[in-house]
Amino acid sequence: MQEGLRIENHPILDFKSSRGKKVHITVNGKRIEAFEGEPIAAALVASGIKVFRQTPKLHKPRGLYCAIGRCTDCIMNVNGVPSIRTCVTPVEDGMIIKNQDI
Amino acid sequence: MAHYDTELAIIGAGPAGLAAAVEAAKRGVETTIIDENMKAGGQLFKQIHKFFGSHRHLAGTRGYNIGEMLLDEIAKLRVNTLLSTVAFGFFEDNRIGIYSEGEVSSIIAKRVIIATGALENPLKFKGWTLPGVMGAGAVQTMINVNGVLPGKKVLMVGSGNVGLIVSYQLLQAGAEVVALVEALPQISGWHVHAGKIWRLGTPIYLSHTIAEARGEEFVQGAVIAGINDNFDVIKGTERELDVDLICIAVGLNPLIEVARLANCRIGYVDGLGGFLPLHNEYMMTSRKDIYVAGDCTGVEEASTAMEEGRLAGLSCAYSLGKVKRDSYDMAAQVINSNMMELRIGSFGDERSRCKEEIYHKYATMM
Amino acid sequence: MSKSEGFLTVEEVKKCPGWPGDEIIESKRVAVLECVEDIPCNPCEVVCPKGAIKVGTPITKLPIIDGSLCDGCLQCISICPGLAIFVVEKNYNDELSAISLPYELLPVPAKGDSVKALDRKGVYLCDAKVVRVLKSAKFDKTVVVTIAVKKKHVNEVRSFQVN
Repeated sequence: MQEGLRIENHPILDFKSSRGKKVHITVNGKRIEAFEGEPIAAALVASGIKVFRQTPKLHKPRGLYCAIGRCTDCIMNVNGVPSIRTCVTPVEDGMIIKNQDI
Repeated sequence: MAHYDTELAIIGAGPAGLAAAVEAAKRGVETTIIDENMKAGGQLFKQIHKFFGSHRHLAGTRGYNIGEMLLDEIAKLRVNTLLSTVAFGFFEDNRIGIYSEGEVSSIIAKRVIIATGALENPLKFKGWTLPGVMGAGAVQTMINVNGVLPGKKVLMVGSGNVGLIVSYQLLQAGAEVVALVEALPQISGWHVHAGKIWRLGTPIYLSHTIAEARGEEFVQGAVIAGINDNFDVIKGTERELDVDLICIAVGLNPLIEVARLANCRIGYVDGLGGFLPLHNEYMMTSRKDIYVAGDCTGVEEASTAMEEGRLAGLSCAYSLGKVKRDSYDMAAQVINSNMMELRIGSFGDERSRCKEEIYHKYATMM
Repeated sequence: MSKSEGFLTVEEVKKCPGWPGDEIIESKRVAVLECVEDIPCNPCEVVCPKGAIKVGTPITKLPIIDGSLCDGCLQCISICPGLAIFVVEKNYNDELSAISLPYELLPVPAKGDSVKALDRKGVYLCDAKVVRVLKSAKFDKTVVVTIAVKKKHVNEVRSFQVN
């Protein structure tokens, strides 16, 4: 069983050599590791972050669902811009990401 | 606002779109591919298993290697590939509105191939909106493309090929698949895919469903239960599972927004996923300069998507005058024969019948 | 019926055309093709250097093994996209049978390791010793592992778990 949530060793795939440069992003004030170019959602998943936003009316938690840019459950505020689909948006060093409730 | 012209615009750089680009470009068609994702390849790079079929279908080759081969070919053929680009609109004269990095522009194409794929179906049950409930395809992308595990203890819902294959791939990624539930009294996917997970200790519970996803802010457990012939839960058969990830693999349906925007006539075929753009055997829609290929024309598999893409690309080349009639007929026959080889057997026969239904509806409509 | 559940019983395996027959199983190392569904697929036929596997056309036909031609070379194990081919040597020695099977997980065991031998439903049958671990570029990341098990389990062991 894997220790962390980043898959380091895989019987078929080689992630170590295909990952981009290691960078850092801030999610709800917390600094986490990420790899340049991966979807923002992947960095959040790897850090164990599951709740990406709260629904506007009832403030229910939502997170990654379709991962293909369709359902909008994964939308977050990225660098001040709301409703960014984190599953199809690549990580850039220094991004500031927050849950949104709109 | 910039705009430019191309002979052939292909919307979607998955297996169908890439295969179409190769067939068209190698016959001299100036081709542009548009895809909203950061990388081309669509589903192919998620497919880490070896493909079936014959050597004509690259049997025994892993999906991602097939993806690499196609990307190599389109690079050699100098196909213009626009990634992170959304085709948001379809206007008169085949003008496609595109949006990329904050810029809006448009492409006018003489021919268009729509190869936009399919989307996973949701499933409603108590707790279905909790973070930790995800599409099986979504999980597959995370584990095989991004190298991250969305959970360590998994419940898979659905025993079609997606559910079975993703379960196996979760085991390969180091997760534990606690159970797979299937509502029907038999597995829906291929026996060999089920055999692979059974012998690694993953039980498949037939005539079972997920009754609830439990947890406050995210999935911390699940309840599965037996169901009767009416698909109602049988009281007393509920069982709680310790899981942190619930994958939903209950089918896909074609993504047809672009086809609708382009005013292609749409039909409904249950066996291939629902609403889809009607087309003939050469992948032409009700708009004679617009073709379709792959899962958006009916959900099948990557192998058939590639053959349909080839047919659409070849047909566009012919319709643009790049191929003589007899060469076209011969090449189309080869592709058709390869395609038909995949649409036979207990699983293939039904898909073949559904495709015939589409061709028939198309002919009736036209 | 167990086939509809996704696994096979030994009786069901013996009925499929990929079963070489009890006599051949007793006499030599041979491939067993546990393929029971009419999926269009034939790389096993193409890869066999001895022509021991026949699919024909249409390619939905189930593969037939001619045990007399098979020399247990292990090539077919890794090419099967369904991981449904095994090579069985019932009389590896007086007490043990050797089962060769496809393995695509981590960790990969080493020769000499003890592993837990499992049946087609993942149920533990007995401990087994790894006698061979075969890796090859042409197997494309599928490792072929041979494990030695008590003879009585020869027709049941089709998987293992690393300790």
